[in-house]
Amino acid sequence: MSRVLDTAAPRRRGRVPAALLIPAGLGLLFLVLPLAGLVVRAPWTTLPQRLTEPGALTALRLSVQTATLATVLCLLLGVPLAWLLARVEFPGRRLVRALVTVPLVLPPVVGGVALLLVFGRRGLLGGWLDATFGVTLPFTTAGVVLAESFVAMPFLVIAVEGALRAADHRYEEAAATLGADRWTTFTHVTLPLVGPGLAAGAVLCWARALGEFGATITFAGNYPGRTQTMPLAVYLALETDLESAIVLSLVLLAVSVGILVALRDRWMAGP
Amino acid sequence: MSAALLDARLVVDRGTFRLDVPLRVAPGEVVALLGPNGAGKTTALRALAGLHPLTSGHVTLGGVDLDRPASRGWVPTERRPIGVVFQDYLLFPHLSALDNVAFGPRRHGVDRRAARATARDWLDRVGLAGHAHRRPRQLSGGQAQRVALARALAVAPSLLLLDEPLAALDARTRLDTRAELHRHLSAHPGATVLVTHDPLDALALADRLVIVEGGRVVQEGDGPSVTARPRTDYVARLVGLNLYRGRAEDHGVRVAPELTLTVAERLDGEAFVAFRPAAVALHPSRPDGSPRNTWAGTVAGVQRHGDNVRVQVDGPIGVAADVTPAAAAQLRLIPGQRIWVAVKASETHAYPATG
Amino acid sequence: MNRRATRTTVAALVALAALAGAGCGGGDEPAPAAGADGRVTGTVTVFAAASLTESFTRIGRDFEAANPGSTVTLNLAGSSALANQINQGAPADVFASAAPRNMTTVTEAGNADGTPSIFARNQLVIAVPRDNPKGVTGLADLTRPGVKVALCAEQVPCGAAARSALDAAGVALTPVTLEQDVKGALSKVKLGEVDAALIYRTDARAATADVTGVEFPESARAVNDYPIVALKDAPNQAGARAFVAYVRSAPAQAVLAEAGFQAP
Repeated sequence: MSRVLDTAAPRRRGRVPAALLIPAGLGLLFLVLPLAGLVVRAPWTTLPQRLTEPGALTALRLSVQTATLATVLCLLLGVPLAWLLARVEFPGRRLVRALVTVPLVLPPVVGGVALLLVFGRRGLLGGWLDATFGVTLPFTTAGVVLAESFVAMPFLVIAVEGALRAADHRYEEAAATLGADRWTTFTHVTLPLVGPGLAAGAVLCWARALGEFGATITFAGNYPGRTQTMPLAVYLALETDLESAIVLSLVLLAVSVGILVALRDRWMAGP
Repeated sequence: MSAALLDARLVVDRGTFRLDVPLRVAPGEVVALLGPNGAGKTTALRALAGLHPLTSGHVTLGGVDLDRPASRGWVPTERRPIGVVFQDYLLFPHLSALDNVAFGPRRHGVDRRAARATARDWLDRVGLAGHAHRRPRQLSGGQAQRVALARALAVAPSLLLLDEPLAALDARTRLDTRAELHRHLSAHPGATVLVTHDPLDALALADRLVIVEGGRVVQEGDGPSVTARPRTDYVARLVGLNLYRGRAEDHGVRVAPELTLTVAERLDGEAFVAFRPAAVALHPSRPDGSPRNTWAGTVAGVQRHGDNVRVQVDGPIGVAADVTPAAAAQLRLIPGQRIWVAVKASETHAYPATG
Repeated sequence: MNRRATRTTVAALVALAALAGAGCGGGDEPAPAAGADGRVTGTVTVFAAASLTESFTRIGRDFEAANPGSTVTLNLAGSSALANQINQGAPADVFASAAPRNMTTVTEAGNADGTPSIFARNQLVIAVPRDNPKGVTGLADLTRPGVKVALCAEQVPCGAAARSALDAAGVALTPVTLEQDVKGALSKVKLGEVDAALIYRTDARAATADVTGVEFPESARAVNDYPIVALKDAPNQAGARAFVAYVRSAPAQAVLAEAGFQAP
């Protein structure tokens, strides 16, 4: 036995050690097998007609639209927040950083209730918004965007803050010596430097928003064409028709994987 | 010294370290801050650039206070008329060489077309006209250094600051780049302050050296005067001299309790004595007659030094001696061996420690 | 020794009582026998619709008291999810569904032991905030402008029932949301986001602190039947049959009635 090992050792040098390869393979299987389950159980013969059902396409369109809007909202608010956390010393920064990650650990349904308590009809801000501007957010598409943003923003903030911390801040000093104020430095130097991190954060954020269920149904409810996103449609389809649910899941899966792969190719391609 | 363009007293407290360096630089003058690592050179440069606020003192450029804590005067970095070449250049990796150089003019309100024209002109001047569209990572070390210089000069700064401008280059590139850098620094009409720990860079590039040790200026002057009359061990080592401080009386300088060196000059009071290692002779036994400066010591170290052998000898004073390999072989030098040291008075150079 | 004898006697008596109760319940199938020696022991795993949470928790405790040595484990979830789990081979003894349709899924898959029986009925009420600020008294009020209504999605039983009731009343209603279950609709009322929701009477009764249930006549047209059945692959067959019988006994029916269910 030991002789076999002895002779085998030189040949195997440079190969991936089994202690890493085996758990890695198991990890991959663990992630991919459920997807395979969906594909195997999909009712391929009736797939075309199920796909063209208007309800499915409406939900899909709404999902992509709201996830994209949520990502834009997260970029507008989350990138400056990440910059603040990474670049500005202020008292309570650790606490703020911890607070930013709260939606990650909060069950999304609780997040939805929390949003209702703030933006709902009787919420802290919701009542004022309604009385002053006649704006109500629950049960609207805007409410879906808000719920998705709440759940997805931490992914963006964490990714961008990490990229900002990893980026050499002396480039910003160099920009200052060339006459760039902080805003110009941010837009012309900092953002391009953290571009890949920003892209990764936006992709994570979008993917999380696309799959959002709990906060959305709690805060924005479920109404076809207005607030019924794909995950909600899948959940309700599960109540009556497992195969329908599988088809809808596959569509969601195909669209998200397609978009992620396309974006990744574009962003990660070197010059 | 003509009227100073830059007039500064840089005082920065950082924990237990205190930097306190007065600095005056005339238009067109190049001053090198020379000193060992940790002397505070880079802190001084950052204070001039506004990247580190002064604790006290002032930075006045062309009569304008850029930093004066006493009167709360402060001009932020981006509004100072400065250009900085950083040690590792910090060229923006996402911009071409041209756009790196055009960055400064654009921020100073020049429109895009004019800024690019200025940038193209500067790249041409540093000999990189053909590399305008390369990204920084497609440039060699020497090319990146020249782009960094062009970028700093493109804003026509009143004060040009360079932090170890040649440290990141290999020996060969360094030689070429040093000559070219000298040409551009000589042509720069504003004040120039460069920071380096390399005496060759300082001597080649600067009109005046300011030697900084432990946050203080220990010596100041042009190249020849500093190299001829070092005032600290650091400078003496830089220029390769044995240096001792002692009390002079007539032709003798008492450098150790039981050792008085006889020197050519005649002076009184605190004085330095300097002599070259090549002026030191080593003998296996007490030499007869001629040199008056002889003493016994112990060999502490032997190493090659150019074509010769450098011998460190401990004794009443530590001394470095350069001997030929043949002499070294004859003396059978090994550490711990007793040996006699002799220095001719005519080979020494003594000067007052004050003034 | 003495204690054990007493225990056996009590168990036998309780089993008899349970059988009697089942008989009184008027079931149309023969009352299932308990174990060969007349005792029910071990764990009885009950998959029950979420709307049965409060009543089945009590009924389970009563059953354990009546059958020393037995333990009732409840798995509470949406009926359709439970039906799926059972058909995928989950180790369950009893299935209590909130709708016949989900029960049919299980019986058609051949997983039921005998024919399901209806053990309770539930009706819809209009749940409004406790002080009923919009003064809702019937279905027609829900169509008034400015009245926001939550319904259950039609895929779940309470949504199907709401659709039947609204159709019966001839009321065309546009809700602001179609919730995934009764609790979702109820919570929207509790939080004041909607002015009314059509939910089960039992759910409204469990939330009297926050909501008031407004009865309306058309709810009689959309009664929801709750079927229960022992499962064919039950690990504890005797326990399964005994529990089904117990649910239909007088003490259990009293618990259900208190929760707002109607007798079948």
